[in-house]
Order: sequence, then structure tokens, then C-alpha cells
Amino acid sequence: MTALTSPLGRLRWTFTDGFTLIGRELGRLRNDPGELIVALIFPAVMVVLFGYVFGSAIQVPGGGDYREYLMPGLFAMVTFSALMGVMTRMAGDASRGVMDRFRSMPMARSAVPFGQTGADLLTGLLMLAIMVAAGLLVGWRPHHGLVPTTQAFLLMIVLRYALSWAGVYVGLAVKNDQIANALVPLFLPFTMLSNAFVPTGGMPGWLRFLADWNPVSALTAATRHLFGNPGAPSANAVWPLAHPVATVLLWSAALLVIFVPLSLRAYSRKGR
Amino acid sequence: MAEPIVIAEGLHKSFGDTHALHGLDLSVPKGTVCGVLGPNGAGKTTAVRILATLSDPDAGHARIAGYDVVRDAAQVRARIGLAGQYAAVDEKLTGRGNLRMFARLSHLSRREAHRRADELLDRFSLMDAADRQVSGYSGGMRRRLDLITSLILRPDVLFLDEPTTGLDPRSRGQIWDSVRELVADGTTVLLTTQYLDEADQLADDIAVIDHGRVIATGTPDELKATIGDRLDVELEDPAALPAAATVLEALAGAEPTTTDDRLTVALPATGLRLADIVRELDRAGVAAADVRLRRPTLDEVFLRLTDQKEPVR
Repeated sequence: MTALTSPLGRLRWTFTDGFTLIGRELGRLRNDPGELIVALIFPAVMVVLFGYVFGSAIQVPGGGDYREYLMPGLFAMVTFSALMGVMTRMAGDASRGVMDRFRSMPMARSAVPFGQTGADLLTGLLMLAIMVAAGLLVGWRPHHGLVPTTQAFLLMIVLRYALSWAGVYVGLAVKNDQIANALVPLFLPFTMLSNAFVPTGGMPGWLRFLADWNPVSALTAATRHLFGNPGAPSANAVWPLAHPVATVLLWSAALLVIFVPLSLRAYSRKGR
Repeated sequence: MAEPIVIAEGLHKSFGDTHALHGLDLSVPKGTVCGVLGPNGAGKTTAVRILATLSDPDAGHARIAGYDVVRDAAQVRARIGLAGQYAAVDEKLTGRGNLRMFARLSHLSRREAHRRADELLDRFSLMDAADRQVSGYSGGMRRRLDLITSLILRPDVLFLDEPTTGLDPRSRGQIWDSVRELVADGTTVLLTTQYLDEADQLADDIAVIDHGRVIATGTPDELKATIGDRLDVELEDPAALPAAATVLEALAGAEPTTTDDRLTVALPATGLRLADIVRELDRAGVAAADVRLRRPTLDEVFLRLTDQKEPVR
């Protein structure tokens, strides 16, 4: 316990405790394969629903296969799900007293936020891998070789990690898993109000403005560009879509700068 | 008396306009069980949260084993266990999985964590359910798991915040047995409860709190003695109620409470003999089916103590 008093000891325990919490996440998945099955079915449903049902009526700007156009949008959707996933997990722990148990234990104060975001990264990679497999199955391919493909995946991972910190903060702020669960349905319209599923060109002006500036659109545009999938934004697109990679990196940096300190403070702050 | 291991002095805590604690003092000798009794909203949980380092007091201070709960929070956390009103465990994990996780988070080595988990499961009769998911546990099993999770580090002081609220009698009995075993090992327990019989069963000392301050302390017997013995009279004929009430009022100097064919009155400490009471009733022509002199229950003490206090703001 004395190790907690030195900065180096604290850092070590932050990592050790973080790994224990990652192990907790794996244990949950192992004990509850249902969650894994839902995670497997979800992408399949999305690919079929959008790729074949809606896709049959959607014209890709500049031509090209709709399912090639769609997959980067679905990858972006999976990436943004980190926000909701981490939020509900943190709020669940807070409302069930698990958070108080953590706080009353001699643990490093930063271990829980770091552990939770690390654990989400792991489950996120798993979900992304499943979605990629679904994409490959319906004919989606990266066309630009190894380096841009790797860059696209790194971009998704970086943004996911930053989003998971926002999830930690929101989860700690709402503290109540019922409120957190009530927020989850907002996720779908948020991701759909973007270029992920349909081109924004046909939307009314004000809606198009929102969609073009939605970070989901920037991530989708960036990975379409890096994978060489159809639907790259036109030259006169708004700045975030004309520079999608830079936009995603800026979003990631901004989210981390804002939410890492806020989350660490919210976790250490003593409540009622 | 052993030296106090939990000391709280003049704790104040407000949430907006609500004064949850209003100068709370508490002292728990090592190796004893202190029962904190109070109606809902009296400040029991707030007090426990401050002592367990989850919340800081606005004023006053508290020490656990000599360590200040605000300044030396890390040292305090290494010496306490907390089991609350919820079963604060991960429902998706197994009982064993939970214990191992919390043991690792308490910085036991992997091997120690596994051994400690098995030891606790075995000792508190959860071994049969060790590899089942907690979501399938009964309410009593969950609380027991919650309780033993707080024992991983063999805490010097264990805080139990309403540990049996909502449990059936058998599960409550099992929790009580576990607490008695811990106390036999030397653990100091601070127990909040709204069940008076729980405090009566477990506590060496009781602190009754209301409106954020302690309004009475003592052993269960001392507290009962403060309001004197009770006299219960059961009548053969309810029609004799007014006559019986007059007799009892004259004897006890207080108006009895009546229900149907029963009367109850507190007796003055001077002590009346049962024979005198029966004779007086007889003289008034009251036929009593039963006349009993008894110690008050803790419930009566509690109601008396908490009733008369006006809210302190």
C-alpha cells in the first residue's frame, strides 16, 4: 500500500489495476456470450439492411458500388459506439455502488478511467474486426495498399479511444444507468445525420450543414479516402470534409484534452 | 474499555438546504459493534460515506485507527471495508470472478487473490455457487457476496450500511452469523440499520441519530432502561376499557395507549409490583385476561427518542 504514495508506484498500479479491469471486461464477455452474439448479429443486420434494402434505392455520387460506399460508414458507426458503451458501463457501476466500492479501496484514482477506456479499446477492436469480416463478405475491399489501409484503421482506433474518454465523463456525470440507457437511442439519429449511409447532397440546406460538420461524416470521408472507396467528397465541400483526416485528428486531440482531465477529476471528486 | 478506533467529532454536511449531518459525534471502541440507528434521512448513510472516505465533511473531522479520513484517505482505505445497501458487485461475473477481481484491485498477487477468494467463499458458504453468474444469485447470496468482498483485505473496521434491508429472515440470520464471526476475529463493525432487532442482536453499543446528530447512546439495555418498564393489560371485556384506563393512569401517572381490549402504559422508575396492579384493577371491577410487566423493546425506545425531537435546522 505504501507503493501508492510514490508517483512511480502510482503509475505502476494504474497499469496493473487497468489490466485487472480489462480482465473484468473479458470475463463479462466470457460469462455472457449473448453480448458477443448481439455484437456479431448487429453488423450483419446493418450490412443487410443498408447494403441490400436501402442500398438498392441509393445512388452513390460519382458512381460505384453502394456496399463499398456503405462499409466506411458502418465502421464509423462502430467507432462512435464507444461513447455509448463506456457511458452506460460507467453509469451502471455508479448506480449499483460498484464505483463506490472502487473508491473506498486502496486503488490508484486514475485506474478506473484508464482501465475502462483500455477495456473498451479491446472490445472495440473485436467489434471492428467483426464488421470488417462482414464487409469483406459482401464485397467491400480496401484499394490503396497496406499503408493507407493501416492509417485508416489507426484513425478509427485513435478517435474511438478519445470518444471513450468522453463516455467516461458523461457516464460519471449522469451517474444513473436509467438515464444513461435513455440516452442510447439518440445514438442512431446522431450517426445517421451524416454522410455514412447517404450522400448529404440531397438534404435540405440546414440539415446538410449539420451532417457535413458531424464528426461521423469526417471519419467516414477520411476512411473512404484512405480505403479508396467511392463517395469521396467533392472539391467544394466544407472544410472538415475537404480535410477529413486532419479533422478526425483534431477531434481526437480536442476530445482527449478536454475529457481526460475532466474525467479524472470527476472520478476523484467526492460526491454525496 | 478498549481505545476507540473510529472517532468522529462535530461532523457537519449539507446538501443545498438540507443539513444531513449537524454536529455528529461518534466513538467506537476497537473490537466492538456499534449500531447506528435512525429514521430514514437521519444522516446514517452520509456519516458512513464520510467515514469511508467517499465524501468530505463540511466541518468537523473523523479518524480511523488514528488516520484522518480526509488527509490520510489512502491509509484509511487500506484499513476499512464497506458493504452497502446495494450488492456492489458485477452481476455479469461469477462470485469467484468478483472476489478475484476485487482482490487483484486490492493489490494482492494473482496467487494470493485466488487463494483469498476460495477461502472467503468456503468460509461463508458460497462455494457451491462460486462459479455461477451473480445475476442468478438470490438477494441473500448477493448481500453475502457483497459482505465478503469487503473482507478481502481483513479490514480493521467494517462499515455495514443497512446490510439486511429487504432480505428474508433466513438470509438476515445468515448475515448476522457472519457479522458475529467477524467480531469474534477482532474486526470492529459500524452498522447502520433501521431494524431495531438487528441492533439489539448485534450491537454492543447503539447511537441513535436523528436530524444529523446523536440523540442518545448506550448499550441496548441502558437505552431500554431510560424509558422504564411497560405494563400491558389485556381485558376480558372491551367495555371495561375506560375504567381500566383510569386505574392505570392513577398508578403510572401517565395516560395509557389503548387498542381494542389492550392497554399499555410506561411505568415510573420507582417500580410498581405486579400484585399491587392486579389488586387495584380488581378493586375497580376490571376483569383482566392478562397483566404483564415487561422491558420495553428497542422500537419503543426509538420511537420515544425520535418522536419528541423537533428538526434542527
